[in-house]
Amino acid sequence: MKKEFKIIAQLIENNTRVLDVGCGDGILMKYLKDNKNIDTRGLEISKNNVQVCIGKGLTVIEGNAEKDLQQFPNSSFDYVILSQTLQAFYNPEKVINDLLKVANKAIVTIPNFGYWKVRSHLLFKGTMPITKDLPDEWYNTPNLHMCTIKDFFNFCSKKNIKLYKSIALHEQKTSNINKMNLNLKNLSSEVGIFLIENEN
Amino acid sequence: MNTKKNIKKIIIKKPLTLDCGKTINNYPLAYETYGKLNEKKDNAILAFHALSGDQFVSGINPITNKSGWWSHLVGPNKSIDTNKFFVICANVIGGCMGSYGPSNVEPTTGKRLDTNFPVITINDMVNAQYNLLEFFKIEKLFCVTGGSMGGMQVLQFVANYPNKSKTAIPIACSASHSAQNIALNELGRQAIMADQNWNKGNYFNTNSSPTKGLAVARMAAHITYLSKKGLEEKFGRKLQERDNLKFSFDADFQIESYLRHQGSVFVDRFDANSYLYITRAMDYFDLIKEYNGNLSNAFKESKTKFFIISFTSDWLYPTSENKEILIALNASGADVGFIEINSDKGHDSFLLDIPDFLKSIKNFVEANY
Repeated sequence: MKKEFKIIAQLIENNTRVLDVGCGDGILMKYLKDNKNIDTRGLEISKNNVQVCIGKGLTVIEGNAEKDLQQFPNSSFDYVILSQTLQAFYNPEKVINDLLKVANKAIVTIPNFGYWKVRSHLLFKGTMPITKDLPDEWYNTPNLHMCTIKDFFNFCSKKNIKLYKSIALHEQKTSNINKMNLNLKNLSSEVGIFLIENEN
Repeated sequence: MNTKKNIKKIIIKKPLTLDCGKTINNYPLAYETYGKLNEKKDNAILAFHALSGDQFVSGINPITNKSGWWSHLVGPNKSIDTNKFFVICANVIGGCMGSYGPSNVEPTTGKRLDTNFPVITINDMVNAQYNLLEFFKIEKLFCVTGGSMGGMQVLQFVANYPNKSKTAIPIACSASHSAQNIALNELGRQAIMADQNWNKGNYFNTNSSPTKGLAVARMAAHITYLSKKGLEEKFGRKLQERDNLKFSFDADFQIESYLRHQGSVFVDRFDANSYLYITRAMDYFDLIKEYNGNLSNAFKESKTKFFIISFTSDWLYPTSENKEILIALNASGADVGFIEINSDKGHDSFLLDIPDFLKSIKNFVEANY
């Protein structure tokens, strides 16, 4: 299991109810179910991945987070996970709002567009950045709304979303992000992991 | 038609009060089983058949000599592997394959019930079949499943008996029969009743049954089981054993010939009155209304794990209607998965050899057993 998933798993308490939005082939869900006694549900857009998850005995619904999150009653989960897909939505703000409706807490991870390699790619090569976490060309990327760790940080404070935890991930190493080191972490990290909750 | 004498039946003594208010008892329920019930009795799957189906799920149907309606899915080493699972299927009441239906002869009068048969509902069908659990001494089924009207029975079963099945797979169905589907069923019923041979339902003693009306009903229904794209690909405008149009009302086109064939083989195996009663039961099905407008309440008590399957080209029970069930189950906090299978074959897809469909059921039953 990749490092990012390990960090997400650590953020989640045992014996809770979790919705994994864009659960892929269910690796994280299976881990949470088997090791933390978590009641997991997945929402996944790819039919193939749904088949794989069903075969693992996981409960997964084929669907699109932008349309199908509303079917879940308010606060029906303790946590909802959104791993590196926020940037692919037409309306990320609405998705965040929906996440915080269906669950009390959301764990959102983003590929950081502020990472120095991304910045230097654009600065020196003058073309859209292609990195390990952003492997697609501009003309076929599913990513519509790229953002940086700093963008997400600012977004939360502007929208009154409580940031419980902000973790920077770089080459398997993690560190906490705070106001003091924000600019540095925004430059040095490939992925940002955020545990958020609605203020109200 | 072969003799129906060898059909397995139980006579249900326990009285059943039907939704119409009438109580029945000592009525026959015909069934078939596949595989073996294990010692723990935890491997039983109750399959519910659709409108024109019967209890012969797999292998060769002894009455029609054709393959069982779910022989792609159920059988040794199939998705529902009968080396492992014990599959039970009963002919619904109202049907014509040995269960209590309009073709039953009333012992006291020696006459067929015909239209004296009470109007039944999906709920009545399910309650009658529940007796099979007692008969086989099964405390809890592993799974209830079925497509179309079979899927409706799955939903009704879990609503009526919340903890009598570990899992449930409703396929290509709806929680409430739509106006479009009622309209299409009414078309079929009117075709039967417009046939003079129907004779207000008393055709048994006249030696001529309403085969023309029933065939038209089947032809119309058959179109609804397919999709525009499927029809286009299979038939297009191809002509039937001729090079040019005949300028007549013969079956010039292959699609006409195909439908006529479907109609004519259907009348050999199906009773016109049964068709009226069963389509009526489908039309009356409205689980949403039964639970006062909130479908979630139907599943509130249930711990059953659901897996809902729909098909992209199914316009009779479209994905949107299957998703209503999904949403209600989610609202009740149930454990529910869902997949929409890509298929151009329309509603009929649930009966066909569609690898992704067969795989999804295999994955689900294997992972949860």
